[in-house]
Amino acid sequence: MPILRLVLERIAYAFIVVTAVLVLNFILVRLAPGDPAEVIAGESGGITEEILAAIRRDYGLDLPIHEQLWIYLGNAIQGDLGYSFYFNSPVVELVVSRMGPTILLILAATVIALFIGTTLGVLASRNPEGLFSNFLTVASLIGYSAPAFWTGLMLIILFAFVVPIFPIAGLYDVTLSVGFFGRALDIAHHLVLPAFTLAIIYIAQYSRLARASMLEVLGSDYIRTARAKGVAERVVFFKHALRNAVLPIITITGLHFGNLLSGAVLVEAVFNWPGLGTLAFDSLLRRDYTTILALLFFSALMVIVANLATDFCYRLADPRIKGKRS
Amino acid sequence: MSVIRKSFAPTAIKATIGAGLGFALATGAVADTPKKGGTLVIGSPQTPRHLNPAVQSGVATGMPGSQIFATPLRFDENWNPQPYLAESWKVSADGLSVTLNLRKNAKFHDGKPVTSEDVAFSIDTIKKNHPFKTMFSPVAKVDTPDPHTAILRLSKPHPAILLAMSSSLCAIIPKHVYGDGKDAKRHPMNLKPVGSGPFRFVEYVKGQHIILERDPNFFLKGKPYLDKIIYKINKNSNSLALGLERGDIHLRAFNTKSRELGRLKKNKNLVVTAQGYAAIGPIAWLAFNLKHPILGKKAVRQAIAYAVDRKFINEALHSGLSKPALGPIAMGNPLADQNAKRYDLDLGKANKMLDAAGYPRKDGGTRFQVTLDTLLSQRDVAEYLKPQLKKVGIDVKLRIPPDFPTWANWVKSHEFDMTVDVVFNWGDPVIGVHRTYVTSNIRKGVIWSNTQSYSNAKVDALLEKAGVELDPAKRKQIYLEFQKIVTDELPVYWMYGLPYHTIYNKKVGNPPLTIWGTMGPMDNVYLK
Repeated sequence: MPILRLVLERIAYAFIVVTAVLVLNFILVRLAPGDPAEVIAGESGGITEEILAAIRRDYGLDLPIHEQLWIYLGNAIQGDLGYSFYFNSPVVELVVSRMGPTILLILAATVIALFIGTTLGVLASRNPEGLFSNFLTVASLIGYSAPAFWTGLMLIILFAFVVPIFPIAGLYDVTLSVGFFGRALDIAHHLVLPAFTLAIIYIAQYSRLARASMLEVLGSDYIRTARAKGVAERVVFFKHALRNAVLPIITITGLHFGNLLSGAVLVEAVFNWPGLGTLAFDSLLRRDYTTILALLFFSALMVIVANLATDFCYRLADPRIKGKRS
Repeated sequence: MSVIRKSFAPTAIKATIGAGLGFALATGAVADTPKKGGTLVIGSPQTPRHLNPAVQSGVATGMPGSQIFATPLRFDENWNPQPYLAESWKVSADGLSVTLNLRKNAKFHDGKPVTSEDVAFSIDTIKKNHPFKTMFSPVAKVDTPDPHTAILRLSKPHPAILLAMSSSLCAIIPKHVYGDGKDAKRHPMNLKPVGSGPFRFVEYVKGQHIILERDPNFFLKGKPYLDKIIYKINKNSNSLALGLERGDIHLRAFNTKSRELGRLKKNKNLVVTAQGYAAIGPIAWLAFNLKHPILGKKAVRQAIAYAVDRKFINEALHSGLSKPALGPIAMGNPLADQNAKRYDLDLGKANKMLDAAGYPRKDGGTRFQVTLDTLLSQRDVAEYLKPQLKKVGIDVKLRIPPDFPTWANWVKSHEFDMTVDVVFNWGDPVIGVHRTYVTSNIRKGVIWSNTQSYSNAKVDALLEKAGVELDPAKRKQIYLEFQKIVTDELPVYWMYGLPYHTIYNKKVGNPPLTIWGTMGPMDNVYLK
């Protein structure tokens, strides 16, 4: 029962958040200067007022803003998020087609960051004053402060040009005609550099967090008790300590989901990854209002879902939470 | 024994390939016999909205659009019209009708024949939807006496009409596909286009790639040579450059980045050329808002012109890759005045002119303050202009826009003092030049109109005359007179032709270098 109640509560909460997101963004986006009609009319063309007026009329841009908002909300409730001026296609179709690559990228980056970050942090915690631990502290500071687009470019130059073992950009190679399995391998090959670029910041964070969290747990009473009982050090370390130390990492991973999504905008732009990030980038520059709004809507939705998922993961990792309200 | 055989076989193959390559190179040097087959990979930073150039201007749609759609005419590298969908044409003596005799074997990619009905429908669609109004506005109607004859009836002589019927400006679209009553600008088939050009559409994934394949029924026998053209889209110019260096990409056009071009020039597999942009004619200029109390004075504008060093921009900022633009018509166009007033750098003269105009230096050495806006792509030039104009006592405040729409908003609402801008000629002055200088095109709210508010009755009269003058020599005289006036009055100060360059791999035979360059059909291009 508490789970069902939690889910219902969360859905109601999500609905309010999403509506607020829709209204606020609608207004914010329209406040930005610039006219999508010009972008549609083309580069440096001999456009006339009539053409511009016709384009604005076509896309409902000539109505007062409150009327536009009203129409937008009405359509949104029916699942119609509008028609993209720039991409010339229904927005929902556009966003859904770009979701796969972004989710793939974010999940890959999360797995890499969690695995490498936690492992490094745990290893460092075994000898907190040792050389490795100090090296890790400095390395994670660098990893955390390097901007993703720079890291991405450096990785491209190193591993796609100097040592050309990875492709420069994109999701797959169109010139290749391969079967399903070949295509999957090709995508994995294309995924390596962008996933690592996005993961680097989080590897740095998770390793620091894992190290600190392990040190804290290792100093607690129940660890001392376990050791006093004569439990093997390996068991103490991995079963008693790690399982508890991992809780804050799960929380942070969930919270990071929104950050990952915004980090993906940069990484996707560098690697021309056909996900929501490049779509956001393109539609912002073109004042493609409907697409920007739909993206904000979907990312709000994704963050809410991720938070919900975090709650449940938390319950699995820590039996004490069961039955309690989080 | 088996070990030796295994290692021997590949060496033998390599040797054969090596010999073959050597032979190919040797014969290639003597005469280029186009080879059939192969996939040409073109890198492009732009994502087209759709692929129908009949209702969308611009390079992004134009490049693939000219492969998918044929046009009535095409132009060679010397600005001569050539037969394409029309095997011959005739302009009547009074200039009021143009007769096109269409090829009888031309078919759309769905197998239906191209008829005069399609030509009439296409011109009507372009007139109604394409942003370049002046191209076909004099066309009152198109008569179709038989399926292979189309007669354009004009309300006035229109010398720009032949160019307007060439690459990327006049896509002939099938009436049976696009004539179903749906809005042409948002027609679903704009994303799955059906044309009669050398290549037919296969797939378009936005922001990623466009795949086109050879149309076996193309109306020019034996063409095109290539099996496929793939446009790889990537916003990052540097990634495209790496792709060219790695050999993943064979060709990239419209690159202006001097550092990148400098690096690519050193690669022995690549050719970097500025050819192929004559018709597009991109000119970068410094625009003045003539409503500004100080910039409204001719002497001030001329003084600014004397203070700007075009040579520095060409040689230092663009590493010798750009050339000066002396006037409103792109220097590669035969109508351009090669002897226009030059305004070579002369700071002393500029200072004297500003003194005489009534703006002496005040205590700090400053005469007056103005703002300078810029298109983001030309930011380096704007940043050069600020300290350069300081030398003659003009305090320039740079206003760098966050993005294109913001800049466009400032300029189109006439809320600017000066701005660096890039405007395209689009072949004939009627299409791309007149709009900047005629009084009737001072329209608030429209970018790339006469946003400078320049108005000169004599210029208006000359341009109107040039727009209907059919005799090329007389027409050129009128344009020379026009250029004399505006290069003296300087509503804008033309600084340089945008250093557009095409980079192609040496494997590419017959690279697209006509006046429309990569915006023209690539039926002659092949891979060696």
